[in-house]
Amino acid sequence: MKLAAPAAIVIAVILPFVVSGYHTFQLAQVLAYAIAILGLNLLTGFSGQISLGNGAFYALGAYSAVIAINNLHLPYGVAPVVAAAVCFVLGYLFGKPAARLEGLYLALATFALAVVTPQLLKLDRLEPWTGGRGGVQIDKPVSPFPSVLDDDRWLYMYCLIVAIVMFALAWNVIRGRTGRALIALRDHPIGAGAMGIDIAEYKAVTFGISAMYTGVAGALGALIAGFISPDSFSILVSIQLLVGGVVGGIASIFGTLFGAVFIEFVPNLANQLSDNAPGVVFGVLLILCMRVMPGGLAGLVASARARRAHRGT
Amino acid sequence: MSTLKWLVVTATGVLLVAGCEQKKRDAGGGSAGASGSAGSAAASTGGATPGVTATEIKIGQTIPYSGPASAYAVIGKADVAYFKRVNAKGGINGRKVTLISLDDGYSPPKAVELTRQLVENDGVAFIFNSLGTANNSATQRYLNDKKIPQLFVATGADKWGNPSKFPWTMGWQPSYRQEAKIYARYLLKEKPAAKICILYQNDDFGKDYLAGLKEGFGDQYDKLVTKTESYETSDPTVDSQIISLHDAGCDTFINAATPKFAASAIRKIGDIGWKPLHLMSNVSASVTAVIKPAGPDKAIGIITGAYIKDASDPAVANDPDLADYRAWIKEYAPELDPSDTNAVYGYGVSMTLAKVLTQCGNDLSRENIMKQAANLTHFAIPVAPPGIEINTSPTDYWPFSQMRLARFTGEHFELFGDVINAD
Amino acid sequence: MTMQTLLHQLLSGFAMGAIYASVALALVMIFKATHQVNFAQGELAVCSTYVAASLITAGVPYWIAFALTVVISFVAGVVIERAVMRQFRHASVLTQVIVFVGFLILFNSLTGWVFGTMTRPFPSPFADNAWYGSRYLSPHEIGLIGVTLVVLAIVFVFFRYTRLGLTMRAAAENPASSRLVGIRVGWMLALGWGLASTLGAVAGVMAAPRLFLEPNMMSGVLLYGFAAALLGGIDNPWGAPIGGFIVGVLENVAGAYLVGSQLKLPLALFVIILVLVLRPSGLFGRTVVVRV
Repeated sequence: MKLAAPAAIVIAVILPFVVSGYHTFQLAQVLAYAIAILGLNLLTGFSGQISLGNGAFYALGAYSAVIAINNLHLPYGVAPVVAAAVCFVLGYLFGKPAARLEGLYLALATFALAVVTPQLLKLDRLEPWTGGRGGVQIDKPVSPFPSVLDDDRWLYMYCLIVAIVMFALAWNVIRGRTGRALIALRDHPIGAGAMGIDIAEYKAVTFGISAMYTGVAGALGALIAGFISPDSFSILVSIQLLVGGVVGGIASIFGTLFGAVFIEFVPNLANQLSDNAPGVVFGVLLILCMRVMPGGLAGLVASARARRAHRGT
Repeated sequence: MSTLKWLVVTATGVLLVAGCEQKKRDAGGGSAGASGSAGSAAASTGGATPGVTATEIKIGQTIPYSGPASAYAVIGKADVAYFKRVNAKGGINGRKVTLISLDDGYSPPKAVELTRQLVENDGVAFIFNSLGTANNSATQRYLNDKKIPQLFVATGADKWGNPSKFPWTMGWQPSYRQEAKIYARYLLKEKPAAKICILYQNDDFGKDYLAGLKEGFGDQYDKLVTKTESYETSDPTVDSQIISLHDAGCDTFINAATPKFAASAIRKIGDIGWKPLHLMSNVSASVTAVIKPAGPDKAIGIITGAYIKDASDPAVANDPDLADYRAWIKEYAPELDPSDTNAVYGYGVSMTLAKVLTQCGNDLSRENIMKQAANLTHFAIPVAPPGIEINTSPTDYWPFSQMRLARFTGEHFELFGDVINAD
Repeated sequence: MTMQTLLHQLLSGFAMGAIYASVALALVMIFKATHQVNFAQGELAVCSTYVAASLITAGVPYWIAFALTVVISFVAGVVIERAVMRQFRHASVLTQVIVFVGFLILFNSLTGWVFGTMTRPFPSPFADNAWYGSRYLSPHEIGLIGVTLVVLAIVFVFFRYTRLGLTMRAAAENPASSRLVGIRVGWMLALGWGLASTLGAVAGVMAAPRLFLEPNMMSGVLLYGFAAALLGGIDNPWGAPIGGFIVGVLENVAGAYLVGSQLKLPLALFVIILVLVLRPSGLFGRTVVVRV
């Protein structure tokens, strides 16, 4: 188990040299989704808050990154940092009042946030920054070592480094004091309050951290696509992220990778299976998936392991 | 045990998926394997164009088969069905045309991904009629960098006809901006003292429309245009906007809305007893999808600009020019509604591509495909109103730049006036 | 800006609010019966409306088609619960949400595939030139408001006074105790689904003449329906519909007088979130007290 993370990293480094440029591009997108799903996981898995609106922060991250690059002329290496800062602050500010909402009400309030965000991005007053309804182009990062890495592989490696940093950070947060406070908060909110955990503050900070992760992912997503517009961030993005989180297994760090693979590739599979109604195939696959592994892939693995352990004794 | 049962069900599903994928690849022809990374290098070194063999031309597109814009799925289906017939009749210059049409769910990042898949994995010769302004904007630079034709994009945004900057991208329909300019000029001539209200969709489409009107009215714009209102596609109706516009006391109404909202506007205007001179975007000029739901009696007198025929119009039911269209849809796309304007559109745009490929002869290099696309002269498609022709040149990347005005009589749109040039 | 226009905006918003209210009512119905929020409610309603449209096109008289649609929708709702949702009875809330998302995508795609994506007309049962119409409200809008109010009254009475309604509430609130007193909890859940899908069908059929029938007809409405349910309290069969009327009026007034059409949805949602922060269970919702 200790070797899982290094092994995963080694595989991730080798992978782009085995597959084509197009698949490398897809894998970079998977990494971006994985970071976003991780952000959702920190919120939903570890503090029990359901968000249907993380797509809003994905959009904000993408836009802050693009504005940093295009308008402020910052290097693209800094863009995810800008996105992280912007999204953490906005996430915290949104989380502060939203943390008072319980379960479904929070889900629906965040849903509202995701619906509203594309409309705000279209506002005329913001057009010099956002490009308005038409969207903005961004130059794709050019590889500094073209002989070893072409642009696709370079971008993938860039995403991989960001992903490793973000995952390591999450790992430490969860294992540390903050993580224990969060889990206490999720499982026994009232007890946690009695123990002296400032519930509202913790929830708001968690919301901010979750938004920060999603924002970094959005920044990477923008670099990968090379173009963003309000249409890129419909409510479906939020739904996709939630689907990825649940399919992978909420409260599981490695499940996020599976979730990211799922939302990247299963729609393509559905597309290939049915020309007329890909949505029917995707919907059925999704429901079946939930039936087979209600706790996501992570849940399935955990229960299989538990069963084996049980049989062993 | 029940988990096992469900696992079996899922596994069967996945196998089925894999099986179908295999089948699809087989149908796609044998060139896919080699062309993956060869890509544009082959084209520039004078080798064979990816996707082109002695017996096949492979092309691709992305279309919203799912999601909020799924009404346009009909265009993709019509495109595919058109080339099915072309192939059944022996193809073009002996080559079958394989159109791979993928679902982008109307999401620009997905369109980028799938376009790369088409180019790099499936090895298509070029991209044809992908839909949506944002989606085509997202792929435009990639395709132009790689010198891959992005032909006849299915959007009327203004930016497609820009050969100096994007020589590999070409639109097809008249741009929204050109159309709006035609209406502005019509009003300046027929109703110079009009008090004008405008309803527009708050996106690229509506914005181009406003820009065209501003250009057409020139310095008269501020004097003539009394009030504008926008709507979002998430709005259920535009009733509130219509009430506000009516309140401004306009005698002329310009309806720059997509079908559902155009219908909503027509109905509300009728309901409140407002009787403005009503000009409506041709995007919504469909008797079946807009006028009938709104109520034909409320739509009498509406003026629109036409560049393709409305097949739902009973007056063209016996139009011999549409006989071929009807025969085609009956045999190759029976699931489509022949009165759907999107089906007419798909038929027309595919016919234009077939013409380009025929003109290419045996030189199917990407350069020549683009050259022939920019070399259409006096090409009249049967689904266009009489007098409207497709013309392109290396400096004119707008296949349609003509329209005819038409007025709704209570049953159909009746053409009036001459052919109007947009520019 | 005349007084008449203001009145017109208010009434028009009220009529739109009636549609939101009827959707909110369907959401409340399923929530009260199963404690789930049905994200696929709108798509199911669209499916029902297409069934009605097909019947009417086939020559069935309007009200018979209406009745048949109600019955078919009820059966479909029961079947969905018994066949699929039952599998997820003990799953986590999140899993259930994803299953609803699956339904949403599935049904949206299915209606487009089966019935086509082109916008279709849908008849109104209320004559176009009826005496009760006016410049401010068309006959259909008045009929729509009337139907919504009647349905609202029926649902309220059902939950408050009928034995079945009380039984359903009990089954959702406390399944274990309900089972002990002989309530067949499983069937109560299915019944809740059936009734919710019936209410959705009524909402769809009433909304269709105004919104025009196409597969995405209810997507915008569902959003406002959620907002309405949130505002009024999702466990409250009269609060949620009142929330619907408030949202409808608020939307029009904000769009026409306060912030313009581009910002009316953001403003409406902002107000709702504000209300929720001040009163987390909605204007008329019940505050749940949790015991440690």
